[in-house]
Amino acid sequence: MQQSFFTVDENKKIAKDVYKMMLLGDTSAITAAGQFVNIKLDGAFLRRPISVCDRTDGVLTIVYKVVGGGTEKMSAYEKGTRLDILTGLGNGYDTSLSGDAPLLLGGGVGVPPLYLLCKELIKEGKKPSVVLGFNTKDEVFYKEEFEALGVSVTVTTVDGSQGVRGFVTNALPERYTYFYTCGPEPMLRAVCAATTTEGQLSFEERMGCGFGACMGCSCKTLTGNKRICKEGPVMKKGEILW
Amino acid sequence: MVKTSVSLGNLVLDNPIIPASGTFGYGYEFAELYDINCLGSFSFKGTTREARFGNPTPRIAECTAGMINSVGLQNPGVDKVISEELPKLKTCFSKPVIANVCGFSPDEYAYVAERLSEEEQVGLLEVNISCPNVHAGGVNFGSSPESAAEITRRVKAVSKKPVYIKLSPNVTDIAEIAKACEAAGADGLTLINTLLGMRIDLRRRKPVIANKIGGFSGDAIFPVALRAVYQVYEAVSIPLIGMGGVSSAEQVIEMMLAGARAVEVGAANLVNPYASRDIVAALPAVMEKYGIQNLEDIIGGAHG
Ligand SMILES: Cc1cc2nc3c(=O)[nH]c(=O)nc-3n(C[C@H](O)[C@H](O)[C@H](O)COP(=O)(O)OP(=O)(O)OC[C@H]3O[C@@H](n4cnc5c(N)ncnc54)[C@H](O)[C@@H]3O)c2cc1C
Ligand SMILES: Cc1cc2nc3c(=O)[nH]c(=O)nc-3n(C[C@H](O)[C@H](O)[C@H](O)COP(=O)(O)O)c2cc1C
Ligand code: FES
Repeated sequence: MQQSFFTVDENKKIAKDVYKMMLLGDTSAITAAGQFVNIKLDGAFLRRPISVCDRTDGVLTIVYKVVGGGTEKMSAYEKGTRLDILTGLGNGYDTSLSGDAPLLLGGGVGVPPLYLLCKELIKEGKKPSVVLGFNTKDEVFYKEEFEALGVSVTVTTVDGSQGVRGFVTNALPERYTYFYTCGPEPMLRAVCAATTTEGQLSFEERMGCGFGACMGCSCKTLTGNKRICKEGPVMKKGEILW
Repeated sequence: MVKTSVSLGNLVLDNPIIPASGTFGYGYEFAELYDINCLGSFSFKGTTREARFGNPTPRIAECTAGMINSVGLQNPGVDKVISEELPKLKTCFSKPVIANVCGFSPDEYAYVAERLSEEEQVGLLEVNISCPNVHAGGVNFGSSPESAAEITRRVKAVSKKPVYIKLSPNVTDIAEIAKACEAAGADGLTLINTLLGMRIDLRRRKPVIANKIGGFSGDAIFPVALRAVYQVYEAVSIPLIGMGGVSSAEQVIEMMLAGARAVEVGAANLVNPYASRDIVAALPAVMEKYGIQNLEDIIGGAHG
């Protein structure tokens, strides 16, 4: 974990209520895809946890949905705004278990952390395939970004307005060696039920600190109590107690 | 050079800043960021006899200038605290620590207090008789002078270290409870614990917190906490440790003028992990600004 200041370089709308923010600062504490950052917003008491969507030397990218007062405020930040951010939080995905053809399943604002993961898997010589699920066409984002990485991307929408009609579980490929997923909890359950391999899931919980100090975010697992912010947010399929 | 050290009975702290129980874990997360030996002491997470998971989640809610928690005393139980957490804590903090003691019966309080008081690194016990999160037959030991006094007596009878009772603000007359604890033998008092509070999620039309009600703390409660310390100082003569909404060196001095000998910092650590360190660092300059040479001189200075 590290606390540092980032400067907003770009903050633009990329789908209905969804924004992409690029931030300039020290990204060295971010060591794995699936980790998150915790952002201090003026006027809010608690920080806001948001997944790392991409990181390069000096540039952090996040993608967030406006759902309440805090994210609303974030959407108004202009280039040059300085933000106090805790980086390098959480465990992140373990890419060593992926096999040669991992499947990445993202739902809504669960899509962002899979982007950096996809890049890392490719770097390791693996051939990931990607399924991105949304409610409707207006909400779809990052399809082109994933395609630009050279992977096969399937989009699903619940109303059928784009891609395959239904949920990500309606578009599973024939062969995959492992899965990685992030999205709303009902989707995570459905993914666990529909997949035939082992895999890793990323969870959310309301957080007090985001770095393991308050026990606000605990959950029970088959391998003991875990703090979603510290021993999570990524858990293995086999340890989840639904 | 200003003098920041303060004494709590025989225990001398380099400075009065103490991260509050439940907001500093066992120190490790913070030790990753800075050398926590700059702190006066710290109070580790409340300990019970058995391991506890605590309340269901969500157990955190945001409020204007504060937060609600209903963690419900998640901790690994006194055996593991002694065998695993304290040895680890020792590697990152070399000063005496404060052990926060919880229980659901007088026997449990006495048991946990006795065990923790035998630990070398424990400088004093802070007995949480006021946690509003946990319901054991609806009893909250901190809510009546009689039950507060009973816990004080039971803990005092077995403890090898000074016993400070941590008071709840969720009472009609906090000074009356304070007097009962003093009469029952408490070596000191710490105050305040969280205020009962709640939030409702407009979309779901249901409470945000799974347990519905939780403990409110953070910036917003500072005036309430300061008032409580001021009133209790007038009622008793044992040392007080003040807390509630403190996030600056100026507020530490206000607390001490109201009567606190030391000051705990809670929710501020969660928002800014460097909060306690920053307060320690800012203290000397703020003392000079207000013409304070020795912090001990100002304790209770606002009275009379
Ligand atoms: C590990 C993690 C990663 C996340 N990654 C992303 C991401 O990449 N993109 C994205 O759009 N969202 C993400 N979220 C959800 C995001 O944190 C919330 O949408 C955001 O905090 C809402 O803040 P608000 O002030 O707009 O909403 P409000 O409802 O006004 O917030 C009130 C309080 O509730 C908390 N809260 C509300 N919803 C959530 C939630 N779903 N999870 C955790 N806390 C919540 C807020 O942090 C705040 O403390 C993530 C959450 C977690 C825990
Ligand atoms: C997440 C959290 C957990 C807490 N856990 C405990 C606890 O285990 N024992 C205890 O005596 N007080 C506990 N408290 C109360 C604090 O120690 C402190 O009394 C209170 O939060 C007021 O201080 P603050 O406004 O600076 O946070 C907890 C507070 C928070 C925010
Ligand atoms: S949010 Fe504080 S421990 Fe996870």
